[in-house]
This record gives sequence, structure tokens and C-alpha cells, in this order.
Amino acid sequence: MDKTINLTLKVWRQAGPKAKGKFETYKIDNVSTDSSFLEMMDVLNEQLVAERKEPVAFDHDCREGICGMCSMYINGHPHGPDGEITTCQLHMRNFNDGQTITIEPWRSAAFPIIKDLMVDRGAYDKIIQAGGYVNVNTGGVPDGNAIPIGKDIADEAMDAASCIGCGACAAACKNGSAMLFVAAKVSQLALLPQGKVEGAHRAKAMVAKMDELGFGNCTNTGACEAECPKNVSISHIARLNREFLVAKFQD
Amino acid sequence: MWLIDSSIGRKLVMSITGTFLVLFLLFHSIMNLVVIISPEGYNAICEFLGANWYALVATSILASGFVIHILYALYLTFQNMRARGAERYAVKNNQKGVSWSSQNMLVLGAIVLGFLVLHMYNFWFKMQFVELTGIHTGDFHPADGAAYVQQLFSNWVYCVVYIVWLAALWLHLTHGIWSALQSLGLNNKTWLPRVKVIANVISTIVVLMFMAVPVYYLLGCGSGC
Repeated sequence: MDKTINLTLKVWRQAGPKAKGKFETYKIDNVSTDSSFLEMMDVLNEQLVAERKEPVAFDHDCREGICGMCSMYINGHPHGPDGEITTCQLHMRNFNDGQTITIEPWRSAAFPIIKDLMVDRGAYDKIIQAGGYVNVNTGGVPDGNAIPIGKDIADEAMDAASCIGCGACAAACKNGSAMLFVAAKVSQLALLPQGKVEGAHRAKAMVAKMDELGFGNCTNTGACEAECPKNVSISHIARLNREFLVAKFQD
Repeated sequence: MWLIDSSIGRKLVMSITGTFLVLFLLFHSIMNLVVIISPEGYNAICEFLGANWYALVATSILASGFVIHILYALYLTFQNMRARGAERYAVKNNQKGVSWSSQNMLVLGAIVLGFLVLHMYNFWFKMQFVELTGIHTGDFHPADGAAYVQQLFSNWVYCVVYIVWLAALWLHLTHGIWSALQSLGLNNKTWLPRVKVIANVISTIVVLMFMAVPVYYLLGCGSGC
């Protein structure tokens, strides 16, 4: 038999980017503890539609923790109280019967709210466009093993590359800083020989774009690392600082 | 100018001025211990650091270090509050591994600054200031630091006030020292926990050395024991 719980949800409702938002309270009964948080939100929306009310808008896509689309600030934590997972991987067994759950959108000046729990995370795409790539010349495909790379370096680069760009770091940061995201995107390339060539330009361009888009300054609280669903380490931020400072002093 | 315009540039300035101030604190705390060991030796240092040209140059560099550190702190905090946005979270939980001091550096800094003003009035105003202007503001000779220390800490209220001040300084330093190294990029996965330990050790040593003086007088050892 499934265990079920009854919940009270306090959900942020906001009709549009310019509209004034407020919390609405909903009761939802018989939620299976085996369901995911997003499935619970689906059930809530069906309930709202049946009552002829506007369903809650929220972002989601793959529902297996790799696309980085789901957001939601649940009970004071991005992606909910459980660690190292995204909202879609959060199970209702983390909550108790009769509990009140407060659901808010990411709140950051650089992530404006589109509707309800959806925010515009296009700022992260713009940072990537500023330099988060390697230029590749056309021609024959080079042999993958032609450039030897140490296992520890490959692992470190892979850890940085596990960032899914969900925005939890900037959402959790008291300064609204995107440093962990930018650090991961700079690190994954800076560690590898293919990415080193454009390293200086990349660090400068991505940091300049980050500042331009209105993200805050990192004060090394470590909240981003604690909330990151992929557990990206703040040691990447030190690498970003290093890359950026070296690039600036070379000028 | 990238030291003002870019976020990492601003953090670089914060970490360099911060590191400089930590070095000053190390010097100042070691110097203070001398008053316990030998008041005459302490007065010799006070004489040396009076209104001499090299002491004045060092004092102005030190003062500008403080001013830059504080101005940048205010600017950074203003920007960060703006970046956080107008709407705040209704529910805010603390994350594991996030120290309280790391989230309250400005408050701690303000407490440290407030007491610093008092400290300047207690000592600098009666010592170097007197030598500079010739206006006599204290009860003793301007280079008689040991007498001023003894006079101030004969009042237990001042001992407690200074100890509270040093506690705030300790919290500020435990985050500040490792944070400065992180901002300078001198950190990686292996060194992150080590740097945090080093920060705790340095701030504890500095604060304990500072605290030794008011505690020494609070226990009544200043008048011979």
C-alpha cells in the first residue's frame, strides 16, 4: 500500500513580470509519498483546473535531473530540503503529513519572474554566449586520444561540466552572485588543453557579461555549493579568480 | 578601470587590503604582548612609533588600507543587495557548512569599526595626535603607552568592552582570511579545508594575543602580582 500524506501549500502566484505577486494557500490531500515533487504539482494543477482556477506555472522538462529546467525555492532551499538533487528528483517522502510547504520562485534581480514560479534564466545563456565555448576549425575529426589528459584532471573537468545551469547557485546566494555557474563553465574548459588556448579571453568575457547582467559579487559564503544539485565545488571559483586575475595582469 | 568595474577586481582589492590589515593586526598584537613582559620596552616602541616621519608614513598607508577596505565593502554590499532583487524570500533556511560570520561580514565589520573609533580615542588621540599637534589631551607623557594601557584597563568595563570587540574581530577574521585567499585564486580542492584551518589558527592567535592584555589587567596583574 502507498503511504499518502495531506499537505498545505503556500505557492507564489504572479500573473506576469510586472504584476504584483502574492502567496496563495492550497490544500492537497492523499499525496503519495512515492511521487515526485513535480508530480505533486501536476496533481495540484489538475485540482485547480477542475475548480476552474488558473493552474500554477512552473518550469520543468526532462524530470530526471539533467536538463536544469526545474527551479522552485521550497521551504527555504532551492530544489527543496534534500541535498544534491533537482526539484524533479525530490520525493514527497521528504515531507510529513500535515506539513505546510512554501514554494517560491528563484528570487534574483538577474532572473526576472515570467509567471508564478517561472523565472527567465536567459542571463545564464548570455554568459555562455560570451565565451563558454571552444572554437573548432573545420576539417577531419582529430583522434580523441591524440592529446593525453591525466585522469585526475579529466575528473575535475567532468565535475565542473556536471553543472546543469539551473540557477540554484544564484538563487541561494545572499548576494545573487552567479560565480559558481561561471566558475564551473570556465573550469570545465580551462582544465583541458583544448580550452586553454582561449582561456584568458573566456574568463574576461564571461566575467564581464556576468557583471553586466546585474549578478552580485561573491563573498565566499559557500551557500551555492551547499545547494548545488550537482555538488559543484567552490574551489572552481578560486580557479575562475585565478584565470581572470592572470588574464588581467597579462594585459 | 577593472579594479572598480569588475566583480573579481573589486574582490581582489578587498582581499589585498584585508590581507594587509591582517598583517598589521599580527604586528600590533605582538607589540601589545610587550606591555605585559616589560612596560619600559613597550614605551620604547611607543617612542619609536610616535610622530616620526616613518611612523607617519606607515600610519597613513594603514589608514588608507582601512578606508579602501571599508569603502569597497559598502560598495560591494550595495551592489549585492541590488542583485538580490526587491522581493525577498519568505522562508530562508541556512545551508549546511555556511558560517554565520560569512553572511554577516558587513555587520561584524561595522562593530569592529565602531570599537576602532573608541580605540583611536583611547590611545591614538592621547599619543600620536598629541605629538603631532602639541595639544595635550591625556594625563601622561604621549609616549608613555604603558601608563595609558594601565589607566584604561584599570576600569573593568573597558576590559569587557575590548574583549567583546575582539570576539567580533575573531568572527570577522575566521571568514576573512580564507576568503581573501579564495578571492586571490590561491585555493583548490586539497587546500580549501587547509586554508580554512589556517584562517582559524591565525585569527585565534591574533585575537588571543590581543585579549591577553585586557585579561592580564582584569585579573589585577597590572598592578603587580
